[in-house]
Amino acid sequence: MGRYVVKRILGTIPLLLAITFLIFMFIHLIPGDPARLLAGIDATDQEVETIREQLGLNQPLLVQYGEYMKGLFTGDLGNSVKNNATVMATILPRFKPTIILTITSMIWATILGVFLGIIAAVRRGKPLDYFCMIIAISGISVPGFWLGLELIQIFSVNLGWFPTAGLETARSYVLPSITMGCGIMAILARFTRSSMLENMKEDYVRTARAKGLSEPAVIMKCAFRNSLIEVVTVASLQIGGLLSGSVMTETVFSIPGLGRLLVDSINYRDYKVVQALLLFFALEYIIINLITDIVYGFLNPKIRYS
Amino acid sequence: MAEESVVRQSAEELPKPKSPYKEFARKFLKRKAAVVSLIFIIVLALVAIFGPMVIRYNPNAADYTALLQGPSPKHIWGTDEFGRDVFARLIAGTRLSLSVALGSVVVGTAIGIILGLLAGFYGGIVDSIVMRGSDILFAFPDILLAIAIVAILGPGVINVVIAVAVFTVPSFARIIRSATLEVKEAPYVEVARSIGCTNSRILWKHIFPGTVQSMIVNFTMRIGTAILASSSLSFLGFGANVTEPDWGTMLSQGRNYLNTAPHMVLCPGLLIFLTVLAFNLLGDGLRDTLDPKIK
Repeated sequence: MGRYVVKRILGTIPLLLAITFLIFMFIHLIPGDPARLLAGIDATDQEVETIREQLGLNQPLLVQYGEYMKGLFTGDLGNSVKNNATVMATILPRFKPTIILTITSMIWATILGVFLGIIAAVRRGKPLDYFCMIIAISGISVPGFWLGLELIQIFSVNLGWFPTAGLETARSYVLPSITMGCGIMAILARFTRSSMLENMKEDYVRTARAKGLSEPAVIMKCAFRNSLIEVVTVASLQIGGLLSGSVMTETVFSIPGLGRLLVDSINYRDYKVVQALLLFFALEYIIINLITDIVYGFLNPKIRYS
Repeated sequence: MAEESVVRQSAEELPKPKSPYKEFARKFLKRKAAVVSLIFIIVLALVAIFGPMVIRYNPNAADYTALLQGPSPKHIWGTDEFGRDVFARLIAGTRLSLSVALGSVVVGTAIGIILGLLAGFYGGIVDSIVMRGSDILFAFPDILLAIAIVAILGPGVINVVIAVAVFTVPSFARIIRSATLEVKEAPYVEVARSIGCTNSRILWKHIFPGTVQSMIVNFTMRIGTAILASSSLSFLGFGANVTEPDWGTMLSQGRNYLNTAPHMVLCPGLLIFLTVLAFNLLGDGLRDTLDPKIK
């Protein structure tokens, strides 16, 4: 197991380096002079030159990359153009709303998704199966930004049950969480169904039935328990995507989280903040996938020996 | 002589081999949701081609006497903040929205196929480069990658197509690579190699047709994803940025009038949802038809 973990971690290092290089290059890939972009359209040549020197843009590319990596390890990601604070100071307060939204979305989506998947598998080919799968495929197909706006229209504007924007109270999290978790719920429902159907064909399920175990016990203790590892793995893999999915939800509900900050920073051409956020989203995606892989390898010996 | 007639007779008794296309059509037609989705997509394609020619109102003509009106016999899906007919704009927007989605998936698929074929066929360093490149692109969630690319290139139709195409490439490269690895060991490829066919002939004439089946389902489903991604970009203000109507932009404009004109959000959103749903259901139907193991 130790060798497997080390192999997986070492395998991720080149990918991390490639990602950091790509994101470092982000500012250089934008057409035009990055120093002028950061200085603004009205800046004088002198001001542009000062920014070029301050940011080290007049140095060779590899030296700049070295400085960027040094900054990453010391937490120095530069300064935000918009509010004159450091990038870290700009980003840190935005974590809390996004993390809370991610957790609440994940909780309801997992519970409902797994429940629908089990029901669909047990009632395979029956109207209940079709009903659950219609919900699931609709969840994958619905545009999150539209769903959010319709939820605001029905539950905030018409019924007045929830606030239309912001995160002042606990109730404020309900509609954004539903919007954000809808896709994950759908993916988990479909995956749980197919995994359950596979397991329900296995010999140990037939044996359990032959021994006279009740049907609910066969489903939950035999079939579902064996599906659980895969379902948890798939659910974990969705967290990374969910965090970046906050971009749409936070924009619709005007939530001051990381996703909204990314959109605002792009609009404001605050490229240092954009760079830092892209790096954060990519790193958390890779790290969550790595942890999931390792845990899955730990739980399923077939994977780590293949 | 008698033996020959017996052989001929028993050959005549054998059931005729079914045409694979007829067999596919027979299985596909059993999947009602997929058939309905296909019909919906065909209608949508016809609307995209001919719709703008037959609509009653000019989609860009403002009518300041009919601002933010709800659905009525005159304007069946109401009007927007400039008094423009929402139905006419949605019909006109079908062309742009579908073209952007289809264009990006076609470009992404073409690049993915070439990379996947080369990686699977040649292996070694080519395979490593393609697969590590895919890993890097996979490290970014789809919409985030598209936003990053549009942030670099700026808004515009071509840039949105590029952005959506880029995140389409790695999934195709992987699928085609694994299909190529499987197909290149097949006896007919071995025969082609032994009679002296060139690598490019083996790749395109013998291996590529064998990978098409695994590509079709992903292609169909990716169109749905591309519609979602391009309309998300438009909604965020990074989209096509043209005067022509587009579903995502219409929805984005409508959110400012949620209280007074909810139809401005409902109609384009519903159309995006139904279109993506149709492509996903069609993809599901094709997968179940092509791969009998999956149920």
